[in-house]
Amino acid sequence: MTVRHLAHYLQESARRDPKAVAVVDAGGAQLTYGELEARSGALAAFLGARGVGRGDRVGIVLPKDVRAVVAIFGVLKSGAAYVPVDATAPAERGRRILTDCEIGALIADRGSLDMVPEGDAGARLAAIVVTDDEPADRPNVTEWSQALNSTNLANPTNLTDPTNPSETSLAYILYTSGSTGMPKGVTITHANAITFIDWCSDAFAPTAADRFSSHPPFHFDPSIFDLFLSIKHGATVYLIPDDLGKNPKELARFLAQHRLTIWTSTPSTLILMLQFGELAVHNCSSVRQVGFGGEVFPIKHLRTLQRLWPGAVLYNMYGPTETTTMCTVGRVPDVIPDDRTEPYPIGFPCSYCGALVLDDDGGEVANGEEGLLHVSGPSVSPGYWKRPEENARAFHVRDGVRWYNTGDVVRWNDAEGFTYAGRRDRMVKRRGFRIELGEIERALYQHPAIEEAAVLSMADVEMGVTIAAFLHCRAAETPSIIEMKVYCASKLPTYMSPDRFVFTERLPRTSTDKIDYQALAGQFQAVSAR
Amino acid sequence: MEDIKETIRQFILKTYLPGESPDNLRDDTPLLTSGIIDSLGGLTVASFVERQFGIELDVQDTAAERFNRIQDIAATVERKTAAKLQGDAAR
Repeated sequence: MTVRHLAHYLQESARRDPKAVAVVDAGGAQLTYGELEARSGALAAFLGARGVGRGDRVGIVLPKDVRAVVAIFGVLKSGAAYVPVDATAPAERGRRILTDCEIGALIADRGSLDMVPEGDAGARLAAIVVTDDEPADRPNVTEWSQALNSTNLANPTNLTDPTNPSETSLAYILYTSGSTGMPKGVTITHANAITFIDWCSDAFAPTAADRFSSHPPFHFDPSIFDLFLSIKHGATVYLIPDDLGKNPKELARFLAQHRLTIWTSTPSTLILMLQFGELAVHNCSSVRQVGFGGEVFPIKHLRTLQRLWPGAVLYNMYGPTETTTMCTVGRVPDVIPDDRTEPYPIGFPCSYCGALVLDDDGGEVANGEEGLLHVSGPSVSPGYWKRPEENARAFHVRDGVRWYNTGDVVRWNDAEGFTYAGRRDRMVKRRGFRIELGEIERALYQHPAIEEAAVLSMADVEMGVTIAAFLHCRAAETPSIIEMKVYCASKLPTYMSPDRFVFTERLPRTSTDKIDYQALAGQFQAVSAR
Repeated sequence: MEDIKETIRQFILKTYLPGESPDNLRDDTPLLTSGIIDSLGGLTVASFVERQFGIELDVQDTAAERFNRIQDIAATVERKTAAKLQGDAAR
């Protein structure tokens, strides 16, 4: 059958083998394909009965367990798009995201209910489903077991309805850091995601016997690969929650215990397992494929990994959220030559992607020269949610083809494809997460003692990237560094929190009276050398 | 005990709070729950403590509620060191 909706993958796998295990979480809970199909159908029916459907968005703020997967497929089957939000991030940021995309309903654990949009937007929600079964202390709350106990088990959305245009209907919206201080929502259609997943089937040939890791949180775009590819092939996906994901010893044990076959994560996670995970004592011979991406994998560590896991094929996967998870891939050779010192490049475009390297004025650069990578094709997002200006900046039409400007500087060589060479703007990546330094500045400006703030990043051999905040405070109000750390933790996800705070009398200025970031970069180097 | 706390304090100051006055990092300042250090920082502190004091920490020792303050970490170090000495003496 032609798949036009992501929930078709589940429907088909459940039809083929309803008793096969679809998803297992770290708490030991698991669901078969039959159970996942039935529960997500019941949740969709509940949402449908409340009037939630195509054209709507439903927020999901849940810890990473089997219920989160029921929630994702329940929302998709209702016809709505899911908007996953980091349950561990500050409530204020989550609330701004859920308000921005005008959710019609919310599925959350009780601890995250302070993310419900304020005022009318919150009052208008068609439903709030909470996953822990305690008495509700706010109106319009339905408990998980009740929502799933819906008497109408008929699937409310006819997924094969030819009038359901997957090309335009949104599957999910993922928020990434925004330079103006407000995270921006990348919208992805069913057609975008299906293009990517179907290509992965050919490229990686997974089977129902595979056991996938699901390491990235669901609000992070690489999660699409693990979840939907696994479900499509009737395989089993093992959910790794935040705390386990950051604990290399336990993570290595989890991987070995469940005999995972397809592992995908950032290099940081793999390096932490190499350093602290006692990988040598665990039998990890089940791993047949390792995908990594989001940052550079230093060759020293990659070589160690290859020696420990000789049976695994290693792939460098590259792609911004706007191009759906992956738009280029490079396969690491089965034996890394001893004299190789350069990290492996991001490789060649996926078959459905067009790729162009352009200079800042849109002119094509000569082969081998550095330029900005632009990507086209059926996996490219229709745009940011309600951000016309940013859409105009990032997406453009050239010779009748729509392109996304990744902002990533690359260069091409015929043997290895694209090599990533950095950024020219103020976006940095840390542990795979995108960070706009401007968003950190905006948060700092909200602090009552801060008069002026400038945030810079510097490449760091040990940590990947170090972020420093230069602050000029109002007279006699200089907060301590500890106060600033605690303040940032209340405003920003932990990966965005600056590593260093430098208080200064005044920030250096250019001749046009703008903050002189170049001069600050010099100060940053001097401070770091201390 | 004071020596242990001071060693841990100096490491955290140097690694995560360069420029901070040592007086502001008290024995009972929450580290992980406050966001002063993140979970990766927790691993780094644990690894430092293991090397510095020649002990081994298990997963429970480094859980947020037992690794959150300098006084908690120091108490764990003392307990582990004592257990290790006893073990050595028994051998």
